[in-house]
Amino acid sequence: MHIVVCIKQVPDSAQIRVHPVTNTIMRQGVPTIINPYDLFALEEALRLCDRLGGEVTVLTMGPPMAEDSLRKALTFGAERGVLLTDRFFAGSDTLATSYALSCAIKKIGEAWGPVSVVFAGKQTIDGDTAQVGPGIATRLQLNQLTYVAKINEIDEEAGTVEVERRAEGGVQVLSTRLPVLVTMLEGCNEMRRGSLTHALRAASADITVWNAEAAGVPDVGSCGLRGSPTVVKRVFAPTPRAEKAEEIGRAGMSHEELAEAAIDELFARHPTIEADLRDFAATSQEEWR
Amino acid sequence: MSAKPSPPPAAGRAGMRKELPEHFKAYRHVWVFVEYEHGAIHPVSLELLGEGRKLADKLGVELAGILIGGTREALLAAAGECFEHGADSAYLVADKVLEHYRNQPYTKALTDLVNTYKPEILLLGATTLGRDLAGSVATTLATGLTADCTELAIDEERSLAATRPTFGGSLLCTIHTLNFRPQMATVRPRVMAMPKREAGRTGQIVEHPLNMAEEEIVTKVVRFLADRDSNKAQLAYADIVVAGGLGLRSAENFQLVKDLARVLGAEYGGSRPLVQKGWITADRQIGQTGKTIRPKLYIAAGISGAIQHRVGVEGADMILAINTDAGAPILDFAHLAIVADALEVLPALTRAFSRRLSVNRLAG
Ligand SMILES: Cc1cc2nc3c(=O)[nH]c(=O)nc-3n(C[C@H](O)[C@H](O)[C@H](O)COP(=O)(O)OP(=O)(O)OC[C@H]3O[C@@H](n4cnc5c(N)ncnc54)[C@H](O)[C@@H]3O)c2cc1C
Ligand SMILES: Nc1ncnc2c1ncn2[C@@H]1O[C@H](COP(=O)(O)O)[C@@H](O)[C@H]1O
Repeated sequence: MHIVVCIKQVPDSAQIRVHPVTNTIMRQGVPTIINPYDLFALEEALRLCDRLGGEVTVLTMGPPMAEDSLRKALTFGAERGVLLTDRFFAGSDTLATSYALSCAIKKIGEAWGPVSVVFAGKQTIDGDTAQVGPGIATRLQLNQLTYVAKINEIDEEAGTVEVERRAEGGVQVLSTRLPVLVTMLEGCNEMRRGSLTHALRAASADITVWNAEAAGVPDVGSCGLRGSPTVVKRVFAPTPRAEKAEEIGRAGMSHEELAEAAIDELFARHPTIEADLRDFAATSQEEWR
Repeated sequence: MSAKPSPPPAAGRAGMRKELPEHFKAYRHVWVFVEYEHGAIHPVSLELLGEGRKLADKLGVELAGILIGGTREALLAAAGECFEHGADSAYLVADKVLEHYRNQPYTKALTDLVNTYKPEILLLGATTLGRDLAGSVATTLATGLTADCTELAIDEERSLAATRPTFGGSLLCTIHTLNFRPQMATVRPRVMAMPKREAGRTGQIVEHPLNMAEEEIVTKVVRFLADRDSNKAQLAYADIVVAGGLGLRSAENFQLVKDLARVLGAEYGGSRPLVQKGWITADRQIGQTGKTIRPKLYIAAGISGAIQHRVGVEGADMILAINTDAGAPILDFAHLAIVADALEVLPALTRAFSRRLSVNRLAG
């Protein structure tokens, strides 16, 4: 079975700093990682291949340095990495990103065999939209399975697959036909440790690098800024709240006194909370009777 | 006539053109996709009707609720609820193949409606259903979609200004869809306030056919396993939430949070590291990658208030922080703070609240 996993290299968001004057992101020295959500997709793909045989192609679109994330994926056991990089792709929103990625997935199928499953993460931690997966599915007319917690069954010969999907208020068990696009839910598996053999292979592996032409993108006008219907008009830092929290109590107060003082202040500022709590206390006492 | 060649169009970038293409000018009105499943409207849809009402008033157009589902009677009843929450009209697609959510027929239903009636704005809840659907519909319509907005406004040029956090909340950006219609956006539950219900308010109903047979739909719903533990929904919608962070030091100490929550009839949750350590389950995580909450009262014990946590709790009316460090970031956005050991303060609060509430109980 041939599986494509879409991964994105992202800045480690906990460490993002905003320039205090220009309000731009200071990327220098910010370490990059594979989008954490994509690791669940990669692990699931590798497990399917362990079980049923097959190979995983990892695909990313980004600047040349995104090659690092592909190499990292190879250390876990992916067969090959494809880097989609071209100035035409710069500034893509999710519509343009899903366009470029879907062109590349088509090309990957032509080069290395038909693709049965395309995996994406639930969302990225920088873009954080969860839109690219459904975008790819729609463009390639793959059956779309988002927020998948578990793949119950997959039968390549029969072309069928059954999954458990996290829905609102419950789990939907869905059966559909291959090929499919799956976005994996977080926490549904745990990334394996890379093996030494894979690590050695990854270090020297050739990463396939495609520009728009090599990826067979028919219309560069649908890529990058030009192909993006959304326009970012303003980027700004959240305004800090003017006043800081009011500190309750005085030095030397006991914890009991602090608690009483906090409740006084709370009820004074927000009388409806007091009323609600009284109602709750009254009804819960009735229940006890 | 000048001999100079005309300048190239502004950087050749379609998205920067000012004028809306002629064929998009017919797009009018604000639509909210109303999530109707298992016999109920998802609260986020009502919240969006409240927000959509403001946008429609600003634009001087109508607000419509879009209802897609399996039975006409149920959708008609739901339409009534939409009117009472601000909608002027409701578009209904009722067909038994739409009984359970599936991407393919819902995408068809919604894109057909958009192509037929041409709204200028289409809002959806950023739920698992809304996000699944919005991505497909926006791609099919080849229009812009802005995810997880925290603020929606109309600018001087009649354009939707959709503001959302980016880079994990470190920055906000305002996004426009200048040259395409409809302008689409999703909003997470509890980000917008619930509008007041106006009993007896009515509106106009438009019904539209699906024209799709079950045989054409590839994906089948084998089963639906309803969550037995419905806390998932309750945490997001709780009036009072008590949460703990790493400052509690151990899984056993987390019991102090639960004790206080029980006395207050509150839900409990925590910061992300507690999920990673296995002290609480993932559905109790509060923050950017967990739940957004909007309670009347949020008590945060031993939580530093990192930006990813902050974005999930800022909608709370009142935040009480308990932290040993007077310099912790949470004090920058909490309203009240007790600077002391949470392991002592939590039980003291539990005792103090029970004392007050039981005194009142006897008096009342
Ligand atoms: C992509 C990404 C997404 C994330 N998403 C989330 C998210 O959704 N939600 C989330 O919460 N985090 C999220 N995080 C993690 C976030 O950045 C912080 O690491 C996390 O919120 C810190 O948790 P904490 O406040 O419990 O722990 P700490 O930061 O370790 O803070 C502990 C606090 O407890 C105080 N303390 C210590 N002892 C006591 C005591 N005895 N009594 C009272 N106070 C005490 C300390 O002063 C300190 O302020 C995310 C991170 C990333 C990178
Ligand atoms: N530039 C990219 N290259 C490869 N995959 C991507 C890229 N952007 C997004 N994806 C995939 O789409 C998923 C959802 O991304 P997003 O819509 O940005 O939240 C990610 O988890 C990735 O699997």
